[in-house]
Amino acid sequence: MTMTAHSLAEDRDPMLPRLFRVEKVRRDLSDTFTMELLAEDGWEFVFRPGQFNMLYVFGVGEIPISISGDPADRSCLVHTTRAVGQVSQALNALKAGDSIGVRGPFGTAWPVESAYGRDLVFVAGGVGLAPLRPAIYHAMSNRDRYGRVMVLYGARTPEDILYKKEVERWRGRFDMDVLVTVDRATGKWSGNVGVVTNLVMKGGFDPQQATAFICGPEVMMRYGAQAMEKRGVGRDHIWLSMERNMKCGCGLCGHCQWGPHFVCKDGPVFRYDRVADLFSVSEL
Amino acid sequence: MPGVDASNGAPAILDKDGLGQLIAALRTKGYRVVGPRSADGAIVYDDIDDIEDLPAGLGDETEGGRYRLRKRTDDVLFGYTLGAQGWKRFLYPPRQRLFAARRQGAGFQVEAEEGEEAPMAFLGPRACELAAVALQARVFGDKTFPDPGYQARLAAAFVVAVECGAAASTCFCASMGTGPEVTSGHDIRLLEIKGQRFLAEAGSDRGREILTGLSLSAPTAADLKMVAAARKAARAGQGRVLDRDTAAALQSMPDHPRWDDVAARCLSCGNCTMVCPTCFCTTVEDVTDLSGDHAERWRKWDSCFSVEFSYIHGGAVRTEAKSRYRQWITHKLSTWADQFGSSGCVGCGRCITWCPVGIDITAEVAAIAATRKGTQG
Ligand SMILES: Cc1cc2nc3c(=O)[nH]c(=O)nc-3n(C[C@H](O)[C@H](O)[C@H](O)COP(=O)(O)OP(=O)(O)OC[C@H]3O[C@@H](n4cnc5c(N)ncnc54)[C@H](O)[C@@H]3O)c2cc1C
Ligand code: SF4
Ligand code: SF4
Ligand code: FES
Repeated sequence: MTMTAHSLAEDRDPMLPRLFRVEKVRRDLSDTFTMELLAEDGWEFVFRPGQFNMLYVFGVGEIPISISGDPADRSCLVHTTRAVGQVSQALNALKAGDSIGVRGPFGTAWPVESAYGRDLVFVAGGVGLAPLRPAIYHAMSNRDRYGRVMVLYGARTPEDILYKKEVERWRGRFDMDVLVTVDRATGKWSGNVGVVTNLVMKGGFDPQQATAFICGPEVMMRYGAQAMEKRGVGRDHIWLSMERNMKCGCGLCGHCQWGPHFVCKDGPVFRYDRVADLFSVSEL
Repeated sequence: MPGVDASNGAPAILDKDGLGQLIAALRTKGYRVVGPRSADGAIVYDDIDDIEDLPAGLGDETEGGRYRLRKRTDDVLFGYTLGAQGWKRFLYPPRQRLFAARRQGAGFQVEAEEGEEAPMAFLGPRACELAAVALQARVFGDKTFPDPGYQARLAAAFVVAVECGAAASTCFCASMGTGPEVTSGHDIRLLEIKGQRFLAEAGSDRGREILTGLSLSAPTAADLKMVAAARKAARAGQGRVLDRDTAAALQSMPDHPRWDDVAARCLSCGNCTMVCPTCFCTTVEDVTDLSGDHAERWRKWDSCFSVEFSYIHGGAVRTEAKSRYRQWITHKLSTWADQFGSSGCVGCGRCITWCPVGIDITAEVAAIAATRKGTQG
């Protein structure tokens, strides 16, 4: 990997953002949007699937957002955000041509390379599909290096399915299985209804041979990991991406502590066997 | 120059005049000298012009939830145990501007914090305080993402440690292995013996160089005896002990009933985290001026005792006082070792002294230790 050459230089203050320009904004859902960003100084952004950036909106604040683009495509930096509060709403108000501050990439990655030779099962809930998308892109570009590739995706309603056209394209591929479920069917939905864990139980992959990447709300990940385990996938082949309050993204502010881990630098992507015990502790 | 050549590093005696010369020499070299003074009924570390600023003849008395300055019967200059707060505020200021940003067309520009800070000379750090500095240097010295400000300030700082010749009832550095003797992190170490005289030893080339220019004399046998007695007293006088085995195991006891017990007393005021010399948590604050064209981002000390600290969309993770106290002490005493290779507590006792309800970290660990022994036979 050529990571280090492009990471924040060691003499650079990791708390200082680099300026990017918003190139394009796409409204994915009523409250979710995808931005394409370009570094104003021409810096080429290199990241690994699962890593995140701290995005700064002028005068408003800064939040951790995963990178949702293709790691092989260095032409722009892509983020998909759900507007839920102050900073994410301010992000949502940005238009093409506006500036944005970026710090990163931070954190651990989905181990896409160590899963070569295995079945890959992506389990996503809601906007949790965004942090998984770079790994899905990687799997598609390296399709022959994997066994089966499955995407199991749960959304609240059919209207909340993120990257809908793209998900349909994935479903159309003969070398990939895509199963979608919704919590609540609306309109003409005739597909699965229920939690995404049901899809895990349905299977279609070889548990002995599978590596699972899970991303979504914390409870969903907990049940998802348990379901994977029940299916016979080893804890050391289940990975998930955690969320905690983050003020720095790089181990300096202490906000993301989770047991012995800094979620920002020991995570956000964790191997399940290393954190399974922490899940059962409330308010950790 | 009378008597002694400090250039070979041999211990020498520095008298009151010599200490005055030391402060003057540091100032001449361009250091901003920071040391103990008495202010508002407490010892605080602040700028020092000369020896007259030092708290001659003052001592401190500490207990759980209690701090009091008292007049000593002698006129020693460093006769207190610890300042109310450590040196953290100088190396990692409570408020730091991270950057300023200015609107420009549709975009904005970011201006990094620049400007020279005078290097600081610390006069008076105790062993536990230097241990705390070393712990924070690890936190802020991550290989990939170091804090350049902390690194630069620490590298520039000149440290004149003053070893303890006595201990407070709230002290437990001996049980943490961080004191009372100063063994590293200093350019010069002093130990005050009777009559405002000090045993002085260099701990670095910089220290040796400065010492060489001062009036020193050779220690007498009686001086060395007093030094040994003072070191012994500082160790023997410690009022508290921390059970390090139990402390290290806290992360395996998230459901211990003691957390409910302490939560019933803890006010979640965060005092303990503010006075703790190793606590490093910060938050950020964004400000804009009235025109909206100028924005600043500030970093401020934060406390894991606040509910907002762990806020994520949908609600805070640690809503109960119990979870927050558990987080503080478990991180400090147990998971810190997973992250940085040692305990995060140096045994200074400040959290005990400044807790308004006198919650005592050593007593909480002892209470948990007692139940362990109970259940494990
Ligand atoms: C590693 C990581 C990756 C993430 N990736 C994405 C992503 O790709 N897309 C996306 O839509 N969201 C993502 N999130 C969640 C996103 O960071 C929060 O939704 C966002 O911080 C909310 O900020 P706000 O100011 O809009 O909300 P408010 O509710 O106003 O929050 C106030 C402050 O609390 C903190 N905060 C609130 N919610 C969270 C949260 N869930 N995680 C961390 N801090 C929080 C932030 O400091 C925020 O500024 C990610 C979170 C983490 C930790
Ligand atoms: S936890 Fe208490 S005794 Fe330990 S270093 Fe912090 S303030 Fe000092
Ligand atoms: S332990 Fe004491 S000082 Fe710390 S938050 Fe609780 S009441 Fe405040
Ligand atoms: S986000 Fe600041 S330490 Fe992890």
